[in-house]
Amino acid sequence: MAAVMVEEAAGFSFDLCRRNASLDKLGIKPPNVRKTGTTIVGVVYKDGVVLGADTRATEGDIVCDKNCEKIHYIAPNIWCCGAGTAADTENVTGMISSTLELHRYSTGRRSRVVTALTLLKEHLFKYQGHVSAALVLGGVDNTGPHLHTVYPHGSTDTLPYATMGSGSLAAMAVFEAKYKENLTREEAIDLVASAIKAGIFNDLGSGSNVDVCVITKDGKEMLRNFETPNPRTYNRSKGYVFPRGHTPVLSSSVKKLGDLVTVEDASPAAGELEAMEVDQKP
Amino acid sequence: MLGPAPGPPAAHVPYAGESSVPGAAGHKFDVPVDGPAKHTNDPYVTGTSVLGIKYKDGVLIAADTLASYGSTIRYKSIERLHKVNDHTLLGASGEISDYQYISNLLEELATDDFNHDDGLQLNPKEIYAYLTRVLYNRRNKFDPLWNSLVIGGVKNGKSFLGVVGMIGAAYEDDHVATGFGNHLARPIFRSEHRPDMTEDEGVALLEKCLRVLYYRDKQSINKVQVAKVTEKGIEISRPYALASEWSYQAFVDPTKGAEGSW
Repeated sequence: MAAVMVEEAAGFSFDLCRRNASLDKLGIKPPNVRKTGTTIVGVVYKDGVVLGADTRATEGDIVCDKNCEKIHYIAPNIWCCGAGTAADTENVTGMISSTLELHRYSTGRRSRVVTALTLLKEHLFKYQGHVSAALVLGGVDNTGPHLHTVYPHGSTDTLPYATMGSGSLAAMAVFEAKYKENLTREEAIDLVASAIKAGIFNDLGSGSNVDVCVITKDGKEMLRNFETPNPRTYNRSKGYVFPRGHTPVLSSSVKKLGDLVTVEDASPAAGELEAMEVDQKP
Repeated sequence: MLGPAPGPPAAHVPYAGESSVPGAAGHKFDVPVDGPAKHTNDPYVTGTSVLGIKYKDGVLIAADTLASYGSTIRYKSIERLHKVNDHTLLGASGEISDYQYISNLLEELATDDFNHDDGLQLNPKEIYAYLTRVLYNRRNKFDPLWNSLVIGGVKNGKSFLGVVGMIGAAYEDDHVATGFGNHLARPIFRSEHRPDMTEDEGVALLEKCLRVLYYRDKQSINKVQVAKVTEKGIEISRPYALASEWSYQAFVDPTKGAEGSW
């Protein structure tokens, strides 16, 4: 399926580990990794799956992004929430999404959630937990709605409701108290929003807004910033747009670029362009 | 392969102050001491979360009746809710032997009170302050009493609810929890607790949280006690079990339609 273009050496390559250890010995500290502290959840309901996430990204103790997107696209009918190292979640979901798109061209069918699941877990297991991505994968395919969790070491669970991230206990407490079978769409969205809010307000690694994504057999509905329970309370009465002329200009100088460099027009004359091989008629 | 024996925890055992939740603060008391005196810095027999809330008529405190020995379920009928005097109730989590020692100290305080022969007893806030000092002083000697205690009481119409940890940090609030209860029960308290709840509503809220703890805390059992403290006095319920749901269809057959997943 995923044709291997380049010969891969078997197993994990430890070269960089040696390099990191020697840097560490020199006392050079690695930069703070951008993490998504996070509360992410998923719930299976009557007609499909509802995914939810908060929107806070942290670098150490600093909030570096107050409104990031943690619900990633995998396929038109499959979406994935990601917790852990932001680079890892973004790139691993991007890779699997691209692989699945090529696969769809090859098979001519809609992607299945188990396919995404297997690709993700095989990748993460190969990297023995060093790719720090903890995911909640949900989607609807021809076999029905599915919800899975994927852990950084490569294990997975298949669940009716799931939470991951630092706020997972707060969110799971809400699920265990309020989940029931055969939820309606409104009840499922409500439950997901309550669980994410429990994470936002009770976990320091999570905050800002609630994102929700509803997936059914007919398609997806991305409700970005479904709830914004942390609005900015102070608003400057004069607004934040500063019109031209607001800042006094002390001095200005203009240098013409033509005096410093030679500008040549390099566009080809009409008819001189050679057609690319691809464009030529067979 | 069965893994390490469940007996005397030789290596590290998760204890009341620590959890495996990433980011949660753990406590370590590893002091390299060469002298002859060696104090206990590792808990052995432990109780899990205690929950407490204020309600209309006073205070409700709840806990399960388990004392674990590492990951073994060792004693299933330990009463972790203790009547200190007619106005004050103590709920203890953490090392059980230290809890028993603390109970003895409080017993001595109550005897002193009795011997004054004036009909007066220490009020809940005084017990709370006393325990804070005891715990803090032990921690400063690098010989902590490995407990998190919930103190609740009602005297002269005023309710009191506070919690003291093993490092001596103490605070009062309308709802408190120790151990895993902090992560699983407090979010529910924060969204559903009201100080004017009736007794039935309060007990229902505590049971809801105890149920979540039974589902998600490995060191818990389905045998709980709830204690009520009001102006009239203290009532500790007999241990009982909570109704719990284990037969959702999705748990019975999780990989239906998703062959190849696990």
